[in-house]
Amino acid sequence: MLGRASGAVVRRLGRGGGTALPGLVAATIAPRLMERLASTPGHGVATVTGTNGKTTTTHLLAAIVRAAGIEPLTNPSGSNLERGVIAAYTEQVDAMGRLPDAASQVGLFEVDEAVLPWLFPRLRPRVAVFLNLFRDQLDRYGEVDSVADGWGAMLRRAAHAHTLVLNADDPAIALLAESAHGPVVTFGVDDDAVALTHADHASDARFCVCGARFVYDAIYMGHVGRWRCTFCGRARVAPTVSARHVELRTDGATIEMTIAGAPVTVVSPLAGLYSVYNVLAAAAAAHALGIDASTIASALAAAGPAFGRQERFTIGERSARLLLAKNPAGLNEVIRALTAGDAPLMVLAMLNDGVQDGQDVSWIYDADVEALAGRGVTLVCSGDRADDLALRCALAGVVPVSVIDDTERALDAALARTPSGARLDIIATYTAMIDVRAALARRAGVGAYWEARA
Amino acid sequence: MNSDPRNPSTPALPHEGGGGRSIRVVSLYDDVMNVYADRGNLIALRARAAEYGIEVEVTSVSVGDPLPAEADLVLIGGGQDREQRRIAQELAGRGPVLRAWAEDDVAMLAICGGFQLFGRFYRDSSGEELPGAGVFDVTTVAPGPGWPRCIGDVLAASLVPGAGELVGFENHAGRTYLGAGAQPFAIVEHGFGNNGEDGTEGARYREAIGTYLHGSLLPKNPALLDHLIGAALRHREGDDSAPLVPLPAVFAERAHAAAVQVARRRSRRVQAAPGSAYATP
Ligand SMILES: [Zn+2]
Repeated sequence: MLGRASGAVVRRLGRGGGTALPGLVAATIAPRLMERLASTPGHGVATVTGTNGKTTTTHLLAAIVRAAGIEPLTNPSGSNLERGVIAAYTEQVDAMGRLPDAASQVGLFEVDEAVLPWLFPRLRPRVAVFLNLFRDQLDRYGEVDSVADGWGAMLRRAAHAHTLVLNADDPAIALLAESAHGPVVTFGVDDDAVALTHADHASDARFCVCGARFVYDAIYMGHVGRWRCTFCGRARVAPTVSARHVELRTDGATIEMTIAGAPVTVVSPLAGLYSVYNVLAAAAAAHALGIDASTIASALAAAGPAFGRQERFTIGERSARLLLAKNPAGLNEVIRALTAGDAPLMVLAMLNDGVQDGQDVSWIYDADVEALAGRGVTLVCSGDRADDLALRCALAGVVPVSVIDDTERALDAALARTPSGARLDIIATYTAMIDVRAALARRAGVGAYWEARA
Repeated sequence: MNSDPRNPSTPALPHEGGGGRSIRVVSLYDDVMNVYADRGNLIALRARAAEYGIEVEVTSVSVGDPLPAEADLVLIGGGQDREQRRIAQELAGRGPVLRAWAEDDVAMLAICGGFQLFGRFYRDSSGEELPGAGVFDVTTVAPGPGWPRCIGDVLAASLVPGAGELVGFENHAGRTYLGAGAQPFAIVEHGFGNNGEDGTEGARYREAIGTYLHGSLLPKNPALLDHLIGAALRHREGDDSAPLVPLPAVFAERAHAAAVQVARRRSRRVQAAPGSAYATP
């Protein structure tokens, strides 16, 4: 199979792991391949989309279905365009162009929010998960409203039976229920203790479809919270999967939740309220796939981080944690997770401006970097746009100790400033994460991710 | 003699011997027109003014709020079409006050969607015409489906004395054309500018500036930031206002230089000199 052979070739090329290119070859050779293969996994297909958390949620959902005895067929490492999904199939097909283990499989695909309307009728997912909708790479996706409108139109046209899994707390997502043909499973947070005392700046869906401004009884992040419209009466519904009590730590979270009424507690190694939402989304998707609550809870507690998403590395006497942040809402949540404790922070922040990062770096001004001020942060800035990032941080009152464009030199400088026994937190945009992860893996003696998966 | 820095609405004392200087800033619709990180302009303004020892009193004016009696500097950012529709009618109603302020040399910075609505009208992609505040003699038309947005890094030579070379990022569907009463803010070297045709970027009327550049604009263009602070001080203090002695801006200059390189590398170079082609087509 040509698509498969090219995977081995391009993976040797390094950056990005080449996880999308075999699919590109297959898409060119057999454009209908995916449509033919989409219906073959015996347990159907689930899609995961949204601005933030696609990779982690898909990763967690894969851990749950594995625990339930189902083999996940996934597109790895954030390779979430059409090509990445096709690659997931072409990696598995036999010489006859069939999936040999189809009967025991479920397709779990993270799908780029702009690509979903094209892929949805072709993949015909049995479960479609919608995480959140934040402003992200306006130079690439256009404006937030048009993404939400595209999803609504897509759902109203849908011709196959499916269950929607929706974030009850994000009004732009929750209101997709109005376009649903079938069952809807929702997830959300019901714990005022993790609510913000003031609104983040990076909030998007502040206005209802009727035109009125939403009222919030609690805001958890951005425009995500317990919302209602006093004008037309639209309001958040009580979620099917609900976090009743959340304890956030710099190194993880304890989540007491109910899954369709069944209480379970998950101790997750993933830090930050944004990770809690990914845990809830994976639980809700697994519930929609018919998996029981106790299997869900034990699998979530055992699941480690996904590629580049809070992965940890040990380098001599020090540790490093890699945190992906590629838009204002994501960066706000990473900062919030870092500042959950009182300990001084050693931070390497990296800003690239490639197509996958967003060529427009303006977004750093929408993030509340000011939250790091006065928190004892020692900061090194790096990446293609290290100077832009250094300026943003300096304006926020967090003056970097060092600005070094080069990844390897910046990492070494940041590690040298990290006290023995302490942790370096690395915040990076997508391609910066790929670069620094390779540099970290070399120093820690960890294999590249696609080797680790094999 | 200084007012309480934790309470920016405390009235400042009149300036005397360089101490106690202050400017009054009106931030228009910053909770609605905030899609392209234009809040960075206010962040940079506050930080730079603090370096000069100038107090900044900010009044946020949103939907339904009255304008204050006076202002030295008006800021407005960009928004999505839906957000522009939300504020256009009300903003147009504020036109007479804003135009009088512009005649009185109040400094203004209107970015992207805010620039469009500071013009005469904005016709969106559905053909609906939104009225503008009329500060600038410009008109904007969103050409509709099939026409690409103007997206990318911009390098432009400012026509504001001392503001120098400008860097920014543009992302707009609307094409803006200057009328006879408008001067361009800058001449595009790399990027699209107002319409991708005539080489102009933004508009300028007295101390009011309209532009498509975000990025955010003021953090990375410290000479323009200093110009706006100086203009606001002149409005506040009158003709005897002592000029600013520019302070170094180390991080800003480095970010500016990096953005210049990026724009030269990534954005198309504008070949034709813009000459006299400023008129509405
Ligand atoms: Zn409503």
